[in-house]
Amino acid sequence: MSKLTLTTEGDRHVVVIRRFVAPPEAVYRAHTEPELLQKWLLGPDGWTMPVCISEARPGGKIRFEWSDGKGRGFYQTGEYLALEPFSRIVHIGRMHLPDPTPDNHVETTFAPDGTGTLMTLRMTLPDAGARAAMLATGMEHGMEDSYARLDRMS
Amino acid sequence: MANLDAAFAALADPTRRAILARLALGEATVMELVEPFEMTQPAISRHLKVLEGAGLIVKRVEGTKRPCRLAPTAVAEIDQWLGMLRRALETNYDRLDGVLAPMKPEK
Repeated sequence: MSKLTLTTEGDRHVVVIRRFVAPPEAVYRAHTEPELLQKWLLGPDGWTMPVCISEARPGGKIRFEWSDGKGRGFYQTGEYLALEPFSRIVHIGRMHLPDPTPDNHVETTFAPDGTGTLMTLRMTLPDAGARAAMLATGMEHGMEDSYARLDRMS
Repeated sequence: MANLDAAFAALADPTRRAILARLALGEATVMELVEPFEMTQPAISRHLKVLEGAGLIVKRVEGTKRPCRLAPTAVAEIDQWLGMLRRALETNYDRLDGVLAPMKPEK
């Protein structure tokens, strides 16, 4: 059974829910501290995040740059809007592929769940078309990831 | 999956999404779609052509009429794509589990 659920809601939202076996403080820190983000927010195997700026305060800048080590890469910029340690992060994100995608408004909450954490990530796009476009741009990365896994299985 | 780019591009237009919403209620001809959308018949026909090209709707021949309906496989492809996004996120969060493991407070 999958630990993650991803659903669309209305025509502008995408909601991701995931449980972690660590307390909210640790999960929150892993979402805001650059040296921790660089260890896991990577996408397909083999990709790294050589640049990670995460100024975890309202108005603080976000800049993540990913590279496959072979000259391919893309980056994300954004701003933090609100932070409530260790329970809630609100930020704006936009991918550059290289053209910027419409602003993705993301609210991430971390709730105690037994000894672990229940994370709820709620994306809000400007309109249905923007959500469709966002889902479409992410596709190649998801596909590549799946193919890579398939390679390892064969 | 070849049609997915075309499907998302077609879905980026609000009129075309409204047409799909109408077709979700049942089959309709061009003339039946002209009235609720307050558009000209050629304009609706152009939208239908884009939707058909993207594989989102199919037309059937009935005498001189060409009733349109939703293509069930198009919806399935979008759902299939969501499955891939799900798996990509899972890879990241599985890695996060590994980052979190040594962060657990000492008991």
